[in-house]
Amino acid sequence: MTAQQPQSYVTSDGRTIGPPVMEMQNITLRFGGVVAIQDISFDIREGEIRAIIGPNGAGKSSMLNVINGFYHPQEGRILYKGGERKPMKPYQIAHQGIARTFQNIALFKGMTTLDNIMTGRLTHMKTSMLSQAVWWGRAEKEEVENRELVEKIIDFLEIQSIRKTPVGRLPYGLQKRVELGRALAAEPSLLLLDEPMAGMNVEEKEDMSRFILDVNDEFGTTIALIEHDMGVVMDLADRVVVMDYGKKIGDGTPDEVRGNQDVIDAYLGVAHD
Amino acid sequence: MSADFYFGVEVFLNGLMAGVMYSLVALGFVLIFKASGIFNYAQGIMALFAALTLVGFQEGQVPFSHLINAVFGTEIHHFGWHLHAFFAIILALGVMVLFAWLVEKLILQHLVNQEPIILFMATIGLAYFMEGFGDLMWGSNVKKLDIGIPQGGNFWIEEKTAFLGGEDFYGFYLDTLDIYATVIAGLLVAGLVVFSQYTRTGRALRAVADDHQAALSVGISLRAIWVIVWGIAGFVALVAGIMWGSKSGVQFSLSLIALKALPVLMLGGFTSIPGAIVGGLIIGVGEKMFEFLIGAPLLGGATENWFAYVLALVFLVFRPQGLFGEKIIERV
Repeated sequence: MTAQQPQSYVTSDGRTIGPPVMEMQNITLRFGGVVAIQDISFDIREGEIRAIIGPNGAGKSSMLNVINGFYHPQEGRILYKGGERKPMKPYQIAHQGIARTFQNIALFKGMTTLDNIMTGRLTHMKTSMLSQAVWWGRAEKEEVENRELVEKIIDFLEIQSIRKTPVGRLPYGLQKRVELGRALAAEPSLLLLDEPMAGMNVEEKEDMSRFILDVNDEFGTTIALIEHDMGVVMDLADRVVVMDYGKKIGDGTPDEVRGNQDVIDAYLGVAHD
Repeated sequence: MSADFYFGVEVFLNGLMAGVMYSLVALGFVLIFKASGIFNYAQGIMALFAALTLVGFQEGQVPFSHLINAVFGTEIHHFGWHLHAFFAIILALGVMVLFAWLVEKLILQHLVNQEPIILFMATIGLAYFMEGFGDLMWGSNVKKLDIGIPQGGNFWIEEKTAFLGGEDFYGFYLDTLDIYATVIAGLLVAGLVVFSQYTRTGRALRAVADDHQAALSVGISLRAIWVIVWGIAGFVALVAGIMWGSKSGVQFSLSLIALKALPVLMLGGFTSIPGAIVGGLIIGVGEKMFEFLIGAPLLGGATENWFAYVLALVFLVFRPQGLFGEKIIERV
């Protein structure tokens, strides 16, 4: 299917979608006897918003965990930025430009909003421990430079007022926003969002949708997201992968997926043979 | 004011300084517990081992000399030189960092994602291994540790404060070593706080302490952080070993100071650096004052040995998370 698509094209709203930045090829992931992901292939193109949807337990989060290295698939290949990616530790994958958020927010709860987002810059900071310890020359310069970018992200996400608040005290919706900020601070080539709108009210969802679209539009960040709210997914995503029981049952634009009988069955709960 | 009152003040001051010494040991526990959730049983032995290594380098002892002599029938004990305390400390610090690296490589790395109790058991094993290894490396005789910190009563303070009391008060008796220890511990804590609050690695340390998964996702290598944390804990152990070793000689009982750190940790909480300091001070002052006011006159004395534990027990009942510990609220 990817072969038939052009290398790059321009969407109706004027964004340029490039060639695939990541290709999952025949990925199979097992936990003991349980098959979480079964022979799934799809790609994520540069600059697009790619959604992964499916009923509970379909294997969506497992797929995200495979992409960022928490899980290692037993079979299949992962191509990233043109080359085959070897099995790596999650922190190494972070250094390769893949950032993520979590379904159950995983922030550093004792740290302030500012510090949390600063941790997102760790992959870009290089000074040695010794020069940090004496706070000497480069260490200070680096800290200041990174701080500037973090302040921009804080402005962008409209969370200036909670910069110095420990995130454990923030309401849920804001925590989700801080977590997005931390991922953005890494200036990722690929941003993974695991249910960015779970548990939010309508207003918070609208805010978050706006931020996701703006991130994609203004910074050209490639985004892969999991979401349950179908309305949101259909509005946000350029292309959608649909999973059910660990298998891929649909892949295409929101309109194509909406008309797919397998997808309709999966969501309406038609009995599996 | 009577001389008794001033004597009480002196006991209080001595209690504060004893407390600082307890805090030094407790700090090492807190650092490792915060970053990896491991209660490091070997912390006391690490202080002993660090002190042994320091004395060994300073005196120019040949490591494993007993073993070498037994196997090869030789009679070597000393290299025949003495090392300046400063260089000996640097070398001992190097050994502690190497030790941290080995602990990560040989133990922690293989126990990732294990239950805390398993990791605790591993540190018990580590403690006994190090005890034997320290003996084998440097011998088990009692050693004198002297890096040039003056000891004994501080006459200056004694003279300057003598005017406070009446005829039978001769000024506060404070040990100079204790004063040094207090200043050094203060600097150490200030340094640790600045490091963890204002540097990139410090931020990574705090991140790992908060959430392992999230730390991985922003590109922090847990293993590198563990080496750093154990290295810093080794450094703290070295400082504690120097202070306690200078005070009472370097011998096995030095490792038992870890037992004194336990009530400090219960009081201050396992996850708080300020807690370790305040907890240490409370224990130090508490046990000295209790002995002075109640223990000696009413209970026949020797209450210092158990008072800290009773105080900690009382705290546990009313505030299980410690003074500064994080209260854990589980969602049901």
